[in-house]
Amino acid sequence: MLKAHDRIFTNLYGTQDWRLKGAKKRGDWDKTTNMIAKGQQWIIDEVIASCLKGRGGAGFPTGRKWSFMPKDDGMTPRYLVINADESEPGTCKDRDILRHEPHKLIEGALLAGFAIGSHTGYIYIRGEFHREAEHLETAIVEAYEAGLLGKNAARSGWDFDLYVHRGAGAYICGEETALLESLEGRKGMPRLKPPFPALVGLYGCPTIVNNVETIAVVPTLLRRGAAWFAGIGTPDNTGPRIFCLSGHVNTPCNVEEATGIPLKELIEVHGGGVRGGWENLLAVIPGGSSVPLIPKEICGTVQMDSTSLCNVKSNLGTAAVIVMDKSTDIVRAIARLSKFYMHESCGQCTPCREGTGWIWRMLIRLADGIGTVEDIDRLEEVTYEMEGHTICGLGDAAAWPVQGLIRHFRPELERRLGVA
Amino acid sequence: MPKLLIDDREIEVPEGMTVLQAAEMLGIEIPIFCYHPKLSIAGNCRMCLVEMEKSPKPIASCAMPASEGMVIRTQTPMVKKARQGVLEFLLINHPLDCPICDQGGECDLQDITVAYGGDSSRFHLNKRAVPDKNFGPLIETAMNRCIQCTRCIRFATEIAGVPELGATGRGENMEIGTYVQKTITSELSGNMIDICPVGALTSKPYNYRARPWELSSTPSIDVLDAVGSSIRIDTRGREVMRILPRPNDEVNEDWISDKTRFACDGLKYQRLDRPYVRKQDGRLHPVSWNEAFDVIVDRLQHVPGDHIAAIAGDMVDAEAMIVLKDLMTALGSPHVDCRQDGVLIGAGPRCSYLFNTTIAGVERADFCLLIGTNPRWEAPLINARIRKNYLFTGLNVALLGPSHELGYPVNYLGNDPFLLEKIKKGKHPLSTVLKSAKHPMMILGQGALGREDGDVILGLAREIADKYGFVHKTWNGFNVLQTAASRVGGLDLGFLPGPKGYNIKEIVEAARCKKIEVVYLLDADEIDMTSLKSPFVIYQGHHGDRGAAVADIILPGAAYTEKSGTYVNTEGRVQRGFKASSPPGEAKEDWKIIKALSERLGVGLPYNTLEEVRARLVDNNPLFDELDRVQRAPWAEFGREGDLSSDPFKPIIKNFYMTDSISRHSLTMAKCTQEILGRRGG
Repeated sequence: MLKAHDRIFTNLYGTQDWRLKGAKKRGDWDKTTNMIAKGQQWIIDEVIASCLKGRGGAGFPTGRKWSFMPKDDGMTPRYLVINADESEPGTCKDRDILRHEPHKLIEGALLAGFAIGSHTGYIYIRGEFHREAEHLETAIVEAYEAGLLGKNAARSGWDFDLYVHRGAGAYICGEETALLESLEGRKGMPRLKPPFPALVGLYGCPTIVNNVETIAVVPTLLRRGAAWFAGIGTPDNTGPRIFCLSGHVNTPCNVEEATGIPLKELIEVHGGGVRGGWENLLAVIPGGSSVPLIPKEICGTVQMDSTSLCNVKSNLGTAAVIVMDKSTDIVRAIARLSKFYMHESCGQCTPCREGTGWIWRMLIRLADGIGTVEDIDRLEEVTYEMEGHTICGLGDAAAWPVQGLIRHFRPELERRLGVA
Repeated sequence: MPKLLIDDREIEVPEGMTVLQAAEMLGIEIPIFCYHPKLSIAGNCRMCLVEMEKSPKPIASCAMPASEGMVIRTQTPMVKKARQGVLEFLLINHPLDCPICDQGGECDLQDITVAYGGDSSRFHLNKRAVPDKNFGPLIETAMNRCIQCTRCIRFATEIAGVPELGATGRGENMEIGTYVQKTITSELSGNMIDICPVGALTSKPYNYRARPWELSSTPSIDVLDAVGSSIRIDTRGREVMRILPRPNDEVNEDWISDKTRFACDGLKYQRLDRPYVRKQDGRLHPVSWNEAFDVIVDRLQHVPGDHIAAIAGDMVDAEAMIVLKDLMTALGSPHVDCRQDGVLIGAGPRCSYLFNTTIAGVERADFCLLIGTNPRWEAPLINARIRKNYLFTGLNVALLGPSHELGYPVNYLGNDPFLLEKIKKGKHPLSTVLKSAKHPMMILGQGALGREDGDVILGLAREIADKYGFVHKTWNGFNVLQTAASRVGGLDLGFLPGPKGYNIKEIVEAARCKKIEVVYLLDADEIDMTSLKSPFVIYQGHHGDRGAAVADIILPGAAYTEKSGTYVNTEGRVQRGFKASSPPGEAKEDWKIIKALSERLGVGLPYNTLEEVRARLVDNNPLFDELDRVQRAPWAEFGREGDLSSDPFKPIIKNFYMTDSISRHSLTMAKCTQEILGRRGG
């Protein structure tokens, strides 16, 4: 359990003032100038030492990503892009940061921007986040007025401008390179990698793309030290992070907890338990819609960190826990996710364009008990044909939930077909 | 130079090459759909996935740069499975209509499926239906067959410079289209048919007319402009079914213009298939070859040699021209000319009428000045090269002459010939740009040279070239853009007025006042025919076009697909076209007609076979021995000083789709004129 004084997002629930005055009271913008004075390398070293992993779903070590930036030649601009296009079903952590803790993000943007040598930051915010964008824009204006952004930001000697760009609601624009395409004014389609954005990113310049939560924890991390951050959670998966509990729990909520907290504890303590008691639990999707589900037997023992979840063939993803009790039609539930991926596929590369629709159509047939046992095998094979063969991760994200379903609920599928 | 291992074979490749290109160098085949060597990399079809050591996922070889120490495998079970998977995905929504698809038999999807695909379909649901689009008179669409490789989009945006195509919708609803239904307005649009790996884009005029295995292919050279594109003529029996490009990086790369490709149906209509004689009633009557020759011999008996003139047209092969020239010399006539458009240059040094930079050389230029030319219509493939240079280096192009949309940004200087004087004297803002350019080039169009003061403009251009370093040791930036396929060949072999000979304008004038009694038109249709009412006109050609209308004798010749001939393109490249089918009816190859006539006239010409005619060509000018090569023409003095006219330059092509007797009789070109240019008639 995360101790109260170890919480980073003390206004996660919006009970206090989200504006600059309230944020300063909570400790934001404290000693920012001093931290910048310690230099770029110090910030990167601290972040590396903290073992902070990206909070957007892929979990790439943030410090390492920053260190990929090429040497500053003094000519080429460098950009910090913050991914606020939070659209993963079940996930709504960035939203709370944007509306209740915008200054943590803005301060983090300045620190991260300074660390990677960037004078310009963009926040790409999901189009549907209307009020959140308003809060963010207000907070940015406040920061400019207080001299915390712009020329000589926070009297650090570093110039940093921050812009908000509103998306138009496409899930794929949350993929970092599609986001860059969209930001440049083109259709949001993922780019080929390599080259990675750290070398060739926004407008062809070195760019770091980070999730909102990743950037927003940086100021506190630096203030309290890498050792403090690394001391929370498990050795491989450090720090507190925001879990989003939704589905069939008694009190759905966002909660900041230590990485590695047992799933059962998370559900029982913060979610108020499964609707109808633990015994009524069917399965949990532990990391946002794109990771394979885990059935009740595993839920009782697994810890909420990526290593433990990988061991049970799932993943921590965005740490969005979707709880399903026994009233759930599990096949239809997964079919609904497949429909989502079909709808959100950009259509650029073959396996995802053609595969997502095929998978969805096969799944709804199976949900209705139409087909044969071979159809289950075919469905599984198709997911493997799609996985890993696409430009971006959407192909994988569409394949995994179905693989999880077949792995753990094949008897249910067969029962519907009337063969088991 | 990174070294890598592909299928346990080591190869060292230049920096920047992709894994796919490295594999190709080793002769290892990797199946592809979206990759095209002349287009940007999309990496979206996922067909080229291969295994890379230390990578858990297969990689797209078309997009992955080859780097030091890479270990690539292309034949592992993982790769095989990935290929089968991708093919299955491509096929689930691809209609099974190969039997009625024009691409059948030459379809990448068919071929790759046979080579790499699974054996049967596992998809039992309904296939997706996509509405067809109307891309205009040239391209037929069957969008159900589209595999969204985006080659056509990239071609339109990058090569053609008309960003009119794009993908709308996403996921499985992604469709290729023109956003709003409209005709594609590029002169290169037909190439999309070639690069489409499936039957989604097919040729509208060729639709449902033949199967690839019924056709026999002949490599040849295009004559509808002076670029001399390498083409492949596909025939079934006598009929030319279609014309396709042959890759030739020196000239046309992988492309040809729409006129080159689609005008071939003009070869079927209004053909001259037997000799005709105009009799007392003023009408043309079909006669035998003998009768026709009799009439000519009879008529020429009482005409002195210098009352005869000969004009060669724009699509004539060098062989026919040399034979006609020899005949005229033997008859004692110095009045021969091959410059129908009245351009007066050509008698000077070779560098004064060639595209000296060479077509491939355009890519090296760092500045380009266009004078009185619209390369987009006069030579679409040279225009594509200029655009390519612009795309890669941001080439600075300035245009002096009528304004055109060229497909790249142009610094428009206006249409005042006196600007040339200003540039020469260094009083024009352009002068500073010119001074700093290392490889500047200029292109003089026939619109600038075909005027009364054409040779003055030529002289001015040469002075500008001299002053600003357009010509140096490794570079010649002085270019004349010819528009007639026969022109450089005609000038090279000296189909020009001899001593005291009349040039084209003088011939026409002399014909009007009856100083010229007989005019021999060799496939010449572009001159003012109204002045040829009084002389006796012998027309030898393949189409009943303008020349045939005024002719007293018609001798049916062969079109370029029906004879083996030598042509010299605008850069001075000697190329050879081959006979793909026979001329219609009693029509004959042109040099043979003239040779036969010479026999009847009692003039002995010292050759009897095509080889001997070609030997005569080489004898006349050794350049004709240099096949498929460009010899740099030494820089020399040319042009004349004199008074410039202030008349603005005029465009020489009013309708790209109809410029000669073949394209004027093409139904497809007529449709293009109507639908793309929005005009009626030529």
